[in-house]
Amino acid sequence: MSKPLIGVILGAVLGVIDGLTAWFTPAVRDQLGGIVIGSTLKGIIAGIAIGFFAKKFHSLPIGIVFGLLVGAFLAWLVAFMQGGYYFEIILPGTLVGLIVGFATQKYGNTPATANS
Amino acid sequence: MKWLSDDKLDHLRTVVTNPDFSSTKYTFIKELGRGGMGAVYLAEDRELNRLVAIKVLNTPEISEDMRNRMVREAQIIAGLEHPGIVPVHDVGTLPDGRVFYAMKFVRGSRLDEYAAVNDSIRDRLRKFQAVCDAVAFAHAHGVIHRDLKPQNIMIGSFGEVLVLDWGVAKILKKPYTNHTNQSVQSVNGFNTSAGTIIGTRDYMSPEQARGEIDQLDERADVYSLGAVLHFLLKDQPKPGKAAEAICLKARADAKDDRYSSASELSADIGRLLDAEPVSAYRENAFEKAGRWVSKNRFLVLLVLAYLLMRIFFVFTSRP
Repeated sequence: MSKPLIGVILGAVLGVIDGLTAWFTPAVRDQLGGIVIGSTLKGIIAGIAIGFFAKKFHSLPIGIVFGLLVGAFLAWLVAFMQGGYYFEIILPGTLVGLIVGFATQKYGNTPATANS
Repeated sequence: MKWLSDDKLDHLRTVVTNPDFSSTKYTFIKELGRGGMGAVYLAEDRELNRLVAIKVLNTPEISEDMRNRMVREAQIIAGLEHPGIVPVHDVGTLPDGRVFYAMKFVRGSRLDEYAAVNDSIRDRLRKFQAVCDAVAFAHAHGVIHRDLKPQNIMIGSFGEVLVLDWGVAKILKKPYTNHTNQSVQSVNGFNTSAGTIIGTRDYMSPEQARGEIDQLDERADVYSLGAVLHFLLKDQPKPGKAAEAICLKARADAKDDRYSSASELSADIGRLLDAEPVSAYRENAFEKAGRWVSKNRFLVLLVLAYLLMRIFFVFTSRP
């Protein structure tokens, strides 16, 4: 499995979980579908970015830091557009980035360079 | 009449017993060990200014066959150029007619001494895998060792692993050919007669213990490697089912039940070290899951931390 694919799958799965937890907040329960879709898209975008980064740069610490930054930035963007819940959105989003950053560095194949 | 002191007597005894290296480029330092066929001495190579270990036949009154055997042993080791096999630098004859060969002097400890002070199972398995690789290399060149045991394995000061004492090794085939077992020879170039028991009892395969010389192949060494692995695992409180299964498979009484080669055994040890499933043991679903969690501990902890945090937010954000 390639690193970007691992990033996409992990980002999507964690995004879905992330979105579903909104069900526990009665105030936003009626918007659950939109939240799950948005959260999944956010996870996929983060996964693609972090996965392609891992394909280019093979370093666990740098990969984790990059994952953290991407996760935090996307989560901040969502919180900013929503106009609140900064802590509740940015912290999990950052952790998702960290997990995807770690996983894409540790797992997945890097395609061999073809010699022409 | 004047009596000689004990010191002088000891000195005279040493001069008489020790080999005379005067016609060679080596200076005698001390005896390192003694076996059935020869003794090993520490000496200094004056030309290259380095220490070497020199193996010399025990007595000059020895048959031509034994001389040939020593030379053949040196030739076999010299032909096995591998980081895990002690290299031979030189071969020659002493003024009293004894054959000698000089090899690398390995600073370090024997595997049994190493195991006595290092109880990390992973370290031991890594060393053991290096032994398997060296033996597999010899097998690929048609040579079986026939006396593998912890006392014949050295761990150098930088952690390097060296297999020593190829004195009873056997050539199964000429290197780089496929004439397996067509010309079975022992190291002296002559057939070892059937019924002769060669090796060390605790580490030799059943066929070797029965003296079935013609039946010996790489799997006899695989058995000995299994016995070495057993030695390395026996003081471990929980070596793990997979490690025990590898040990049992390598030491199977019937050679068809063993690993077919040392490289196959090495590969299973590698899988064990990498927390991969090993060929010697079929694990159930719980063991598979446990191995996966153990291998991916950090990722599991991260996901758990994430889930805990989500649960925390769920409860703290409730009105």
